[in-house]
Amino acid sequence: MAAGTAMSSYWRGVRDGLPFLAVVGPFAMLFGVLATEAGLAVHETMGFSIVVIAGAAQFTALQLLNENAPTLVIIASALAVNLRMAMYSASITPHLGPLPLWKRGIAAYFLVDQTYAQSILDCERNPDQTTSEKFAYFLGVMTPICPPWYLFTFLGAILGESIPPSLGLDFALPIAFLAMIGPMLRTPAHRIAALASVILALAFAWLPYNMGLLVAGLGGMIAGAQAEVRLGIKP
Amino acid sequence: MTDTTQLWIIIIALGLGSFGLRFAFLGLVGDRAMPEWVLRHLRYTAVAVIPALVAPLVLWPTATGGEPDPTRLAAAIATFTVGYLTKNVFAAMGVGATVLVSLSLML
Repeated sequence: MAAGTAMSSYWRGVRDGLPFLAVVGPFAMLFGVLATEAGLAVHETMGFSIVVIAGAAQFTALQLLNENAPTLVIIASALAVNLRMAMYSASITPHLGPLPLWKRGIAAYFLVDQTYAQSILDCERNPDQTTSEKFAYFLGVMTPICPPWYLFTFLGAILGESIPPSLGLDFALPIAFLAMIGPMLRTPAHRIAALASVILALAFAWLPYNMGLLVAGLGGMIAGAQAEVRLGIKP
Repeated sequence: MTDTTQLWIIIIALGLGSFGLRFAFLGLVGDRAMPEWVLRHLRYTAVAVIPALVAPLVLWPTATGGEPDPTRLAAAIATFTVGYLTKNVFAAMGVGATVLVSLSLML
């Protein structure tokens, strides 16, 4: 019973996570290349990808390391970039919260932008799944995303400078995120939330330490919730 | 550029901090029911954070030192439009990547 449906949920997750490989691969590779170019050893570069496992925060830390910023500023800035993870954690809790603590620990470690976005999309599309099916799906999505994150960081670190910078790899992540936004705009409330968040993000981009992202994220959430209540939109 | 101890302090602090943020609600709240107003806000987390993350990167790409770039802008518009119209994440990624690569090669 449960084991069979969990297995099929897992493989459904693998299938849905697989295309992200096209994005995660180049991005991890880019991190590996840039980190070694910044003077990090291969094992230090791998340390980042395995211990931190958060692309945008890793790039932020790398950038600030290059600028010889103070240790505390580097930590605070990269964690600020990652504050959205707390929002992901809160957002996925209604779905994965009933799991035993150790499974919640595993889910927390692998909760990155892509696994979150794909899993929450699926939880909302198929609300009748059991908790173990949702967890199996999450692990499925994670499989072609997180282990390749380590592997391609390693390949990037080894390959070093042999990747031409003109290839536009820096834009792989924005493309992936932009592709996810369209399908999320299901109701007018979602569209209002996204619009408010874009306006706030651009207006507050001058704030130091990526605080603009946090202002925009919070503002967008409030805009969406308010729109839902005032326009009487069914969630 | 930096000494090894400082680097590992940063890596470990970021690792613990990131895990803490990811575990915050999932680990501590568990299956206790959350109030409706919290859930109502959480419904819009993804749609509020991801556009905010991406908007400055589209207008002011890091690779060009923050200068708006027609190639990246065109790829961004194509990706979003295909995603919005087809509701297909991977069709959008494919079209976006194709536009990005072909314009980069042409320009």
